[in-house]
Amino acid sequence: MTRQLFSRLAYGLLVLGAVLSMTGCATGPQSNPVDPFEPMNRGVFRFNESLDDNVLKPVASGYRDYTPSLVQTGVRNVFNNFSDVSATLNNGLQLKGRQAASSLMRVVVNSTLGVYGIFDVASAIHLERYPEDFGQTLGYWGVGSGPYVVLPVLGPSSVRDTAGLPVDWHVDPVSNARIASFGPETQILRVVDKRASYLAAGNILNEASIDKYAFLRDAYLQRRRSQIYDGNPPTEDLPDQSLAPSSSSK
Amino acid sequence: MACIQSSIFDLRRRQWLGRFGAWSLGACLGVVGEVSWAAPEEPDVFIRRLTTELMDIVKADKSILTGDVTKISVLVDQRVMPHVNFQRMTSSAVGPGWRQATPEQQKRLQEEFKLLLIRTYAGAVSQLNDQVIAVKPVRAAADDKEVVVRTEVRGKGDPIQLDYRVERAADAPSGWRIYNLNVMGIWLVENYRSQFAQEINAKGVDGLIVSLTERNKANARASK
Repeated sequence: MTRQLFSRLAYGLLVLGAVLSMTGCATGPQSNPVDPFEPMNRGVFRFNESLDDNVLKPVASGYRDYTPSLVQTGVRNVFNNFSDVSATLNNGLQLKGRQAASSLMRVVVNSTLGVYGIFDVASAIHLERYPEDFGQTLGYWGVGSGPYVVLPVLGPSSVRDTAGLPVDWHVDPVSNARIASFGPETQILRVVDKRASYLAAGNILNEASIDKYAFLRDAYLQRRRSQIYDGNPPTEDLPDQSLAPSSSSK
Repeated sequence: MACIQSSIFDLRRRQWLGRFGAWSLGACLGVVGEVSWAAPEEPDVFIRRLTTELMDIVKADKSILTGDVTKISVLVDQRVMPHVNFQRMTSSAVGPGWRQATPEQQKRLQEEFKLLLIRTYAGAVSQLNDQVIAVKPVRAAADDKEVVVRTEVRGKGDPIQLDYRVERAADAPSGWRIYNLNVMGIWLVENYRSQFAQEINAKGVDGLIVSLTERNKANARASK
């Protein structure tokens, strides 16, 4: 089973690598060192934007406006419960014992007392969420993020985080048919619920950026780095280049 | 022998007296200095006061709760902007192009970037309803010029990280000014850097000013 997973993963990465290297490599003085695939990424971004504007955003807005808020809360709690399973695993892999224990307790309490996760009993008794995924685990153990990648439908990612996705899917009850059988409607519902939670942020993003693609890319990379360090990233040496270089600088 | 001994003792005593004298004089001046202008707050107290004031106004005003971003922008301009060092935010976001810009261009850049940031912040504030802001205590050493104040917005979902970078400013109303803002791990000034650099590379500083102006006009149109 694991051999199949890894061979599929390796094959996927090879295909991805081949495609990326053939198309849309950015060169020249305009290229951003963290984004060598910028031309291709921008193309995928445009596709995602039109999919979002025409399909996902209207559906998510309708969901937010017409579904009773109790139902929305219940749905979000169920999906948070599923992701707590992945959190338990990844906190464990990062040797964060307290967070792993908290995540495990959350899953147990919410699945039983909280009736399959519908009621977030664990938060009521102050068991905190510590969301983690395999991409963060890889980052924790020193794997650099690699070039920025925009995935079709899924959106911003990086080479490392994309490689981490199959592991997340394997542990996820909704994606992995061997753990539990959910139909594709559940996946769709999860996507809609997630999009509904970003509706306000999406509007702010539109108004705040003069180049939405670049804004999203830098925000994603900064946020990812912060997540890997659990909100406490070491300060990067990004000097303020508007100041004249001092005579003592190297 | 006794002569030498006593002269050594005299020397030490004189040193000690001298030091004591200098220290007490300094303390006196310090006290006078403290009294002449109000003692500055700790940075976390400053942020807590600022955000609490803002939240109270937002919660009390019904039209803000319905998401009137224009009205919130006015509020943010009056209440928050005096405590922000915009010149530093703009120059830091613009990067090396700032040094090549003329004072007139720098002034325009600052104005447009300020409008954009007010709008963004107001958009975020308009989403608040009954959240609570928790400010983590921070102790600034007397010689710390810059401090990070960490806060969290706690509501129904996961808490949202909101951090402020503040610098000591003797002329500011509370002794501190904000020069960077972090939402969910994303420092705003850094996030604008590559966009601005891109615009300047493609169209020069004037091109950046034009892009910012257009963005602000489009936002103003969208809210009507």
